[in-house]
Amino acid sequence: MTDRPTTAPESGPEAVRVERPVVEFLRMYVRNWAAVAGFIVFAAIVFAALFAPVILAVDPFDMVWMPFTPPGQDGYILGTDNLGRDMFTAIVYGARATLVVGGSAAGLTIVIGLTIGSLAGYYRGWVDEVLMRITEFFQVLPPLLLAMVLVALFEPTLPTVAIAIGVVTWTGVARLARAEFMRIRELEFVKAARSIGSRDRRIIWRVILPNALPPLIVNAALTVGIAILFEAALSFLGLSDPNVMSWGKIIGDNRDYLLDAPWTVTIPGVAIFLTVLAVSLIGDGLNDAFNPRLRER
Amino acid sequence: MLLLAVVVFNFILLSLVPGDIADTLAGESGGASQEVMDDIRRTYGLDRPFHIQLATYVGKVVQGDLGTSYYFNMPVTELILGRVAPTLLLVVTALVLAILIGTLFGVIASRRPNGLFSHFVTVLALVGFAAPVFWTAFLLIVLFVAMLEIMPLSGLVDPTTPRGTLTWYLDVLHHLFLPVLSLSSIYLASYSRLARASMMDVLGSDYIRTARAKGLGETSVTYKHALRNAVIPVITIAGLQFSHIFSGAVVVETVFTWPGLGTLAFESILRGDTPTIMGILFFSAMIVIVVNLLTDLTYRLVDPRIRSARNA
Repeated sequence: MTDRPTTAPESGPEAVRVERPVVEFLRMYVRNWAAVAGFIVFAAIVFAALFAPVILAVDPFDMVWMPFTPPGQDGYILGTDNLGRDMFTAIVYGARATLVVGGSAAGLTIVIGLTIGSLAGYYRGWVDEVLMRITEFFQVLPPLLLAMVLVALFEPTLPTVAIAIGVVTWTGVARLARAEFMRIRELEFVKAARSIGSRDRRIIWRVILPNALPPLIVNAALTVGIAILFEAALSFLGLSDPNVMSWGKIIGDNRDYLLDAPWTVTIPGVAIFLTVLAVSLIGDGLNDAFNPRLRER
Repeated sequence: MLLLAVVVFNFILLSLVPGDIADTLAGESGGASQEVMDDIRRTYGLDRPFHIQLATYVGKVVQGDLGTSYYFNMPVTELILGRVAPTLLLVVTALVLAILIGTLFGVIASRRPNGLFSHFVTVLALVGFAAPVFWTAFLLIVLFVAMLEIMPLSGLVDPTTPRGTLTWYLDVLHHLFLPVLSLSSIYLASYSRLARASMMDVLGSDYIRTARAKGLGETSVTYKHALRNAVIPVITIAGLQFSHIFSGAVVVETVFTWPGLGTLAFESILRGDTPTIMGILFFSAMIVIVVNLLTDLTYRLVDPRIRSARNA
């Protein structure tokens, strides 16, 4: 298997073949063709976002041709929008805003949710009480409405949008992390760690967290999907950076021309749809790979 | 308690806004002298210390007074109450539809876990989650308004229809169709997957085997025995997600220019109409809390076990 000496059992006739967890994980993942397709689509979108200026000659804000050129005409694959900007360029550049905001917002969601959930689940008592009240507070406010208010309050830049999304979407992660921590803290190996005198910080980070990760990782895929949808909704409503091209913004800019030039609204939507679909397929694949037994049902 | 927190949070949050009513009004009338600005600030009580302003606001909210809208120059409470009905009509219809059809889909799918319909439900759930609601709405508009030409594009009702007549109600229903379809599509998809999973769970339990063993037909087992328990997770999630549905309504309402709270919220945010925004945030939090209470009550209705043993 590897060059370095291992303690894995020698492959003899009777020896049971032991796979390394990572290999087993990958094998389970690859067995799910939808998850593989999701990964490929997502990789393509990341590629487009990274190399947008290399692939394309024009800026997404450049007015290149007649407004409302239908897709395929005059060499414009996806046509042009209300200001004669190339839709294909706009879509490729739009992937950047989507991924940057979606990714960093989801990261923030997970950091806040994990911190609050793990502290509440580990310490219980009044810490739990206080943190859960805060969580409830954020659960009763409609998330999109609060995000809209936050973006409108502060300057509409990409960081503001990402922070606003993070602030309104962490409650689910917190509840999940809390439940996992509450379950795991009662298990034997945590008691063992405590009995040898490990500090709380070590128990939380090194003992419980690694065991709580699988459901959280699966949930992270969902979180990224939700963050992307939030970004799309905010930029659709015009509550995002007006100087950055994004898929929601293209739809928002062209919504009044829906009936005359439907492609300007439907095509960017396809991009959002495919990205979120790809992310959730990856999430499903991760779920199956982490819980091989669930698949058999 | 929670509501008080919402009020205080809103107030602090919105007092962070750069620029106040005086700036807004001065901006609209094309500039004003310093004295006029001070005068406006005094009228709205903005010259007083922060904690006094906060206490005054909380005191008024307790009495049901949410302040005066800067833009409409009328009481926010009145403004909101005038917009509640269309939003509740939209949200409740969409929610009920999503729960009913979603559960039905889930039940049908659960009877053949590997059947064609079961796979359809899985795909539907993925598609429903990934499609942004405004995009779904626009696709429906393209299909029903532009191509089939059988649905109205926007609004609550045709303004020429006489109010209060049967035609008026029918016309509202006609206008309601597309917004409800867009809004419920997301939740329909996730509820059908949820109902399917929970139905399969319940169908595997002992009491179902008992029911079958005593010779009950499959229809009776599914709909009388299993469904009751299988619907609980759907209600739980629907209740928990209510604030999300409200969020979805904001987007759907702006797409269809539906004259509800969502449209009002969006426009107020763009106009910087602080009292109205605060009022809507407060009001929607209140609705969510009421819905959570109703969800708890529904449990008791559906699940007899909870009636006796439950303290939360």
